[in-house]
Amino acid sequence: MAAKTRRYSARDMAVLVIGLGVAIVVNVGVIWGPALASIGLSGTDWSGIGPIEWVGGQNYHDLAAEYPPFWSAVRNNVLWLGFLALVATPFGLFCAVLLDRRLRMSRFYQSALYMPVVLSLAVVGFIAQLVYSSDYGVLNSVTGLSVDWLGDSSINIWVVMVAAAWRHVGYVMVIYLAGLKAVDPALKEAAAIDGASERQAFFRVVFPTLRPVNVIVLVITVIEALRAFDIVYAINRGRNGLELLSVLVTENIVGEASRIGFGSAIAVILLAISVGFIATYLSQMFREER
Amino acid sequence: MTVTASAPPPSSRRVRPLRVLLHVFLTLVALGWLLPLALAVYASLRPYDETARLGYFSLPERLTLDYYTQAWSQAELPRYYLNTLIIVIPGVVLTLLLASFTAFAIARLRIPGRRTLLIVFTAGNLLPPQVLITPLYTVYTMVPLPAWLSDSMSLYDSYLGLILVHVAFQFGFCVFVMANFMRTIPEEINEAALVDGAGVWKRYWRLTMPLCRPVLAALGTLQFTWMYNDFLWALVLMSSGDKLPVTSALNNLRGQFFTDYNLLAAGSMLVALPTLIVFQLLHKQFVAGLTLGSTKG
Repeated sequence: MAAKTRRYSARDMAVLVIGLGVAIVVNVGVIWGPALASIGLSGTDWSGIGPIEWVGGQNYHDLAAEYPPFWSAVRNNVLWLGFLALVATPFGLFCAVLLDRRLRMSRFYQSALYMPVVLSLAVVGFIAQLVYSSDYGVLNSVTGLSVDWLGDSSINIWVVMVAAAWRHVGYVMVIYLAGLKAVDPALKEAAAIDGASERQAFFRVVFPTLRPVNVIVLVITVIEALRAFDIVYAINRGRNGLELLSVLVTENIVGEASRIGFGSAIAVILLAISVGFIATYLSQMFREER
Repeated sequence: MTVTASAPPPSSRRVRPLRVLLHVFLTLVALGWLLPLALAVYASLRPYDETARLGYFSLPERLTLDYYTQAWSQAELPRYYLNTLIIVIPGVVLTLLLASFTAFAIARLRIPGRRTLLIVFTAGNLLPPQVLITPLYTVYTMVPLPAWLSDSMSLYDSYLGLILVHVAFQFGFCVFVMANFMRTIPEEINEAALVDGAGVWKRYWRLTMPLCRPVLAALGTLQFTWMYNDFLWALVLMSSGDKLPVTSALNNLRGQFFTDYNLLAAGSMLVALPTLIVFQLLHKQFVAGLTLGSTKG
């Protein structure tokens, strides 16, 4: 092509170098540089001031052996992921399938479902307190129970996940709905002519063609589960049963004791998990492109 | 809400009962989805002593807008809205500028290593913020800034620092979406310009950008919402309470020992209002932005 053979003028080169240079410097300086620095810092016992001392894998050992919140955070992150992936995401898909047809009021249903997506998770956290408050929250008023939904460390993670799912369902629904609209209608017609029921047509014909969308939704779900933070922080700063890995990282810098090295070790665990999923996502994205 | 109420009913026009069932189910779900929001509005309109006595799920004796006035004036919300604007407007503009140029270079000019760049940028956007927050916090406290740029004399606790982190973090997503979009623009436009001897900047700014208006609108809407809703960055990278953006400042409405949830509900609604308005007005752009990143479009 013409662009390939064409030489750039000096001015063009300057524009390109400046434009891309700023982009690369910002990206490396603020995102990748610090992310990789986490790995280095996780091997030290640095407190943010004073000399940096190398302690090797000590932080990881302490994390696993002497820091109880770590394991409850791992458990909660796994639960969070499981809940979003096995409850919220299928429900979002289900709603998208129902809405993917000519319906009166379809616009209203869709708006209602993804209204929470525009809300800050911190606001979702505050709204959750109105619903779940033990003394005069709605849930207890309606059911006549007197459960301390947010205070009882054995159940609070579940009700908070419901609040997070409230937002996640709409997100998933929008993405699937766009995916479903892109499916060739002739496929469904052909299946119908062959005598497939709508359920069969969906699972055998439509769903397999949604594979790229499925990968994207899966990754969004995983990333959301790893990023979960605002909502528990707004409720009780992520303590007493609501520990999450993201909260532990943050607490180790903004909390009372600044433990940069220790916090970084938790961050590295998050990094390791997320990089695996990001790689899957990108290979899917870029395979399609070829 | 009963999730198990119905299997996907056939769309055949003859079977009306299933159609009715579908509507009943969807209406229930939609109302269930709106309920928490409606509840927050309702709670914010009632005095604390009344809800403390009767609970939130009760008929009102008195409705008042007092909490809104209180949140507005006592909690100084206008100042925090202003802080948000100081951060979000430059944040969105810079992100779109930087990302559109990068996307242009990646999609329209055959620069070497474009694929690697695109992968690195996109992956960066997907990292959980906590992965990089600790070193970033340390770096921010160590980078000095002149007093006219930041009264804290460092990148930490400055508007500039927050703008920078938003731009860097949202950049990858925008590059990805815009590069995909620009690839759909016919190559002929570029070639005609080349024959006319147009430079890189002219081809980007005069030829490509005007064609990108729909995607810029979609991304702008989405980025405004994301940056507006940010809670974490301000929490970690800001220390002065009076510089916080409005979403993070919401936490201030929580008392040290006692929290008036009705006041908090009013505050939450005031904070949610701009995003809800944006969503209502730019509904199409918002949804387009969400799905652009996920489906090729």
